[in-house]
Amino acid sequence: MVDLDTSDNDQPLLVAESLSKSFGRIAACRDVSFSLYPGEVLAIVGESGSGKSTLLQMLSGQLAPSAGHVSYRMRDGVTRDLATLGEAERRFLFRTDWGFVHQDPAQGLRMAVSAGANVGERLMAVGWNHYGRIRDTASDWLTRVEIDTARIDDAPRTYSGGMRQRLQIARNLVTEPRLVFMDEPTGGLDVSVQARLLDLLRSLVAELNLAVIIVTHDLAVARLLSHRVMVMKGGRVIETGLTDQVLDDPREPYTQLLVSSILPP
Amino acid sequence: MNAPAYNFAYLDEQTKRMIRRAILKAIAIPGYQVPFASREMPMPYGWGTGGVQVTAAILGPQDVLKVIDQGSDDTTNAISIRKFFAKTAGVATTTATDEATVIQTRHRIPETALHANQVLVYQVPIPEPLRFLEPRETETRRMHALAEYGLMHVKLYEDIARFGHIATAYAYPVKVNARYVMDPSPTPKFDNPKMDNCPALQLFGAGREKRIYAIPPYTQVVSLDFEDHPFEPYRFNAPCALCGAENSYLDEIVTDDKGGRMFVCSDTDYCEGRQAAGHHGSLSAAPYKEKAGSHG
Repeated sequence: MVDLDTSDNDQPLLVAESLSKSFGRIAACRDVSFSLYPGEVLAIVGESGSGKSTLLQMLSGQLAPSAGHVSYRMRDGVTRDLATLGEAERRFLFRTDWGFVHQDPAQGLRMAVSAGANVGERLMAVGWNHYGRIRDTASDWLTRVEIDTARIDDAPRTYSGGMRQRLQIARNLVTEPRLVFMDEPTGGLDVSVQARLLDLLRSLVAELNLAVIIVTHDLAVARLLSHRVMVMKGGRVIETGLTDQVLDDPREPYTQLLVSSILPP
Repeated sequence: MNAPAYNFAYLDEQTKRMIRRAILKAIAIPGYQVPFASREMPMPYGWGTGGVQVTAAILGPQDVLKVIDQGSDDTTNAISIRKFFAKTAGVATTTATDEATVIQTRHRIPETALHANQVLVYQVPIPEPLRFLEPRETETRRMHALAEYGLMHVKLYEDIARFGHIATAYAYPVKVNARYVMDPSPTPKFDNPKMDNCPALQLFGAGREKRIYAIPPYTQVVSLDFEDHPFEPYRFNAPCALCGAENSYLDEIVTDDKGGRMFVCSDTDYCEGRQAAGHHGSLSAAPYKEKAGSHG
């Protein structure tokens, strides 16, 4: 059993091979390759317009690459090219084995239905048909993301920004995905709320052995959460390595500029 | 024909062929919403333009037409549509469910069990069961195509979370032939079980939304629910005040401004048939006396 687990962890979960995307004459993303292993947190950092979000969309199958492939090891152990998946399979993957945390919670939540239903939606989508069990699971997850379960029947539009973001995380994690994409999950939150959210994310990631690809321009987020960092500029990956190595000893001039532009505390 | 200015049953033959093609496709894919080129009809949207077009397309000279509105044969909508076809098609009309071959309905299924060789035509305002959950039509179509119906249960979940039971009382979503989730038009959920395995053909026409869908005879129709909150038809807990029926769907009628009310069958034909057969309710003997009393 243990042997099987380690051999599983030895194989990459997601592999990107020379991914490129151009919009007309603009090359948004050029020749990006990497492997992501189970339980690994990869941060993609860079300034606005560096191609981070385009890359994330290609990795999560929402945007077809102009060149290159993304392959993913499915739950049955078979590695498949995302481009060969049918739409039904891709959407199923998206709401079971993957999560996607948007910067704006309104994009990832149904603002008009209750928090419980928001968390329960993925369960109902995979065929859960017992109200009591769905509700118990939902309230369990609200507790895990530190939302008062008394608010389970309130719609997220009555929630604060930080609560909405935590609810979005609960909604994504309820089907126990193995890979979560995050697009600036702490953007737009004030610093104390950010700190709490990061703390929560870090413990959930460790607890669930989640693989995470997190796009951020905030190097502090990358430092706190990620094991590895990819620095992007002008659509290219210019530097990659272990987080502390890249952030404490940046090699590229651009990375040095990024790191040095953080205000000292 | 009484009105030679019109083609038989108002619509021209090409239009009827177009609608029949949509109907055939709808029958072939039970519960699937088939788009069709809905025409302007000489009545406003919301008055049954979809149902009228379907009826016009399937009506033949030998057909006997019945039209009901909320179960009743004698409300404005029912009378005007019945007259419309009597005038433009010259077909025989009836109020008896048994005698009719085509029954156009708004919001009810007759109490008398339907038989083979009958067609029930529903007037549908909003054909898309997911409309108020997912506003994008492109997305709902994809959800139908991929049979992603988790969202439908979100609505039922919300009902239970808010009211303690599934409070949806009409337009209660059903799954047809174990594939498509369908809006049964705003019929009370009391009528949902009648759709299951029904010997008659059921056609649904939405004029404004330009959609036709169908349930072929003897097709499985299941009302969605949760294991621990099963589907339950709703009915006022009273017998009909006119015919004493214990198992029919009831209308609540306010009789005075002192809280007086009576419950009567919403299906007028069924109620009259029972009264003619000698059944009585608590108020059936003295309608005039009561009127004098309540105003005095």
